[in-house]
Amino acid sequence: MPIEFKTPEAIEKQMQQVHIVAENVMRPDSRYLDDHEHERPVKFVNMIWPQMKQMEASNLKAALSRAEAKNGKSVAKNGNGNGASKPSIANLTLLHMIEELSWGDAGIYLCIPSSALAGAAINAVATPEQLERFLRRFTEGEPKWGAMAMTEPNAGSDTSNIQTTATFDEETNEWVLNGEKIFCTSGQLALEESNGLVVVWATVDKSAGRAGMKPFVVEANTPGVTIAKVEEKLGIRASDTVSIVLDNARIPAENILGDAEVRAGKGNKGFKGAMKTFDASRPMVAASAIGIGRAAFEFTRDTLAKQGVRMEYNKPRWKLTSVQADLLEMEMQLKAAWLLTLEAGALLDAKQDNKLQSSMAKVKAGKAVTHITQKAVELLGPLGYSTELLVEKWMRDAKINDIFEGTGQINTLVVARQILGYTRLELK
Amino acid sequence: MYSFDMTSEQKMLVDTVHRYAEKQLRPIYREAEEHKEVPEDAIQTGWELGLLPGSIEDEYGGFGEYSAITSALYLEELAWGDVGLSLHLLTPNLFALPIALFGSKKQKETYLPTFCDEEFPKATAAIIEPVYQFDPADLAATAEKEGSEYVINGKKTFVPLAKDAERFLVYANEKGTTQAFIVPADTPGVQVEDRVTMMGAHALAVYNMSFENVRVPKANRLGGLKGIRVNRLLTVSRISLAAMAVGQAKAAYEYALNYAKERVAFGEPIAHRQSIAFMLAEMAIEIESTRLMVWEAAYKFDHKEDASRAAYLAKQYADKMVLEVTDRAVQILGGHGYIREHPVELWLRNGRGFVTWDGLAMA
Repeated sequence: MPIEFKTPEAIEKQMQQVHIVAENVMRPDSRYLDDHEHERPVKFVNMIWPQMKQMEASNLKAALSRAEAKNGKSVAKNGNGNGASKPSIANLTLLHMIEELSWGDAGIYLCIPSSALAGAAINAVATPEQLERFLRRFTEGEPKWGAMAMTEPNAGSDTSNIQTTATFDEETNEWVLNGEKIFCTSGQLALEESNGLVVVWATVDKSAGRAGMKPFVVEANTPGVTIAKVEEKLGIRASDTVSIVLDNARIPAENILGDAEVRAGKGNKGFKGAMKTFDASRPMVAASAIGIGRAAFEFTRDTLAKQGVRMEYNKPRWKLTSVQADLLEMEMQLKAAWLLTLEAGALLDAKQDNKLQSSMAKVKAGKAVTHITQKAVELLGPLGYSTELLVEKWMRDAKINDIFEGTGQINTLVVARQILGYTRLELK
Repeated sequence: MYSFDMTSEQKMLVDTVHRYAEKQLRPIYREAEEHKEVPEDAIQTGWELGLLPGSIEDEYGGFGEYSAITSALYLEELAWGDVGLSLHLLTPNLFALPIALFGSKKQKETYLPTFCDEEFPKATAAIIEPVYQFDPADLAATAEKEGSEYVINGKKTFVPLAKDAERFLVYANEKGTTQAFIVPADTPGVQVEDRVTMMGAHALAVYNMSFENVRVPKANRLGGLKGIRVNRLLTVSRISLAAMAVGQAKAAYEYALNYAKERVAFGEPIAHRQSIAFMLAEMAIEIESTRLMVWEAAYKFDHKEDASRAAYLAKQYADKMVLEVTDRAVQILGGHGYIREHPVELWLRNGRGFVTWDGLAMA
């Protein structure tokens, strides 16, 4: 495909619908849900669930046929026998959708009922049987949530330092999990408020380091699993962030994702699998950041325009007032971040390596949007700082994007290692 | 769709231009800079690449069609080689491209074929003025219609290769809008003054000029009766300059990256330190961001969408980016970066130039 910068029509059409939801379902509840932390955006969840079910169903179908193909079974029934298929736009669509929903409200967006990060981890390595058992639930019935539990009190960016253990009990043919996970997004929705699940990362052999790290599926209502704490946060308050205590939590042997063997180097799918999920999830975080940034930029621009301060293009910089220059900077930063994000997403759709681009997008978007939303509060003065408007909330919401799914610094480190061709030993 | 791959023709062209930049420009850029002179054969070789005729339609002697995106791609490579030499090579474009894109049919027929010959054409443009606050949309130089002629008055600076030029495209204020006029060098009142030395890009010879009651027939007004909308023309220039800024930044980034991997301090390469590695990561991110902004603007121009805002944003962003990246490159080299043995000090001087060069490059 030649160089092209055009939003596919299918996406544009879909976004008109999503925009209506963002404007009419999310925005009106933004302030209320920020004030009433830990309450749920019920209206939004019920409204979006039918669509999410459909999306999950088609993802599951694709994952099943991929998994069966891997197992050597025929996939002729799904094959598009007549050669070239249309290029996938699944990730581009998702990026646009996340951007638009986050323009509505980033906290509410995070409550979207879906398999989310857990789905991505399961999709990556699950057997057909596991796909059915874990992901079918997201295509039917009541709204459900999936979540990912990686971070621990003493393992944040250094994920390979996790202390949660998984030991195999041969008598009962079960894995026994012990440890504490913190900062798990939607953990409560997944474990207590729906028949969902959490992918928990644990080590089967501490001495093996990264090679010992494995993902396990912990379903709702598993004995020994408790939500120990629901965090109170700076922003994205509609979204729950919890710590989970695993106290001799027993799960079936078949709940491990990938194989249980500890292999260093090439066969080490566990840790690498986790890192691969980041390649897909980081552009999504960037897109969410950009949605908040666009909300703040558009609101500031339009509000100031009503006050007689209009943006000017095509003028030399010395002819701009400092406020006009600030607005211009906001718009440029937003565009730069969005284009990087789209590039990362397009590569993902084309099934090309996007590790560099996805971290670049995440760094850029996290930083740009932190700046944009902070500037918005400043430019709008006392009203910008007041809770009468949503601008101060957007600034609080935006900050998380420079932190979760890898802080700006960790992602800068990923970029630096890639461009220098360094390992983690050469560049710490 | 969103896609980021060059066509095979574009790739071939980019490879060719890269080779030229590497083999012809890189070996001579320091000497050209110090001596403020450009070896003719380097320019002749560059001219023989046929970049300009490749943007001119065959009915006027060329062999291509203008594409902002293709230009952006090869401009990045040229500027990677050397900005001053590139601006020299691109000088005829300043006359020819506005005619190719915005000229009347008659003007195209008259002038374009002379840009499709083997010889480097002696034509340039005068747009920038010697003022503190320059705005190409609000010029001090004036053009007034008198009968069947235009009378041009005013001063210009940064006119590339003015001394040898046989004709100029002169931009002037006509009743509040910027218009351009074709002015032969031997027209009475046209004066090429001193050569001006800029902070960087010394290889490019630029001059002050004055125009005193210079009379040209009204047929010499670019675009004929319709004239031009200068913003459309500047859109092309902004995309071009932003693409060159990306090329300049890329050169500085690559040089600093290689240096940081080789330079040992405290027992290991300085690139092993986050303070250095993170600077490089930031540079890489900003270069890629800018490149995408340039491509988006160019794509819009080629697809007849309104590209002016995207081009303006890309240029504004690139002006800042190229300064920051070239500055970081000097910083990473430390004291060595300040010494003229290394190229980064020159690239920092070039990097500062872009913000003052509105209209100085078009391709």
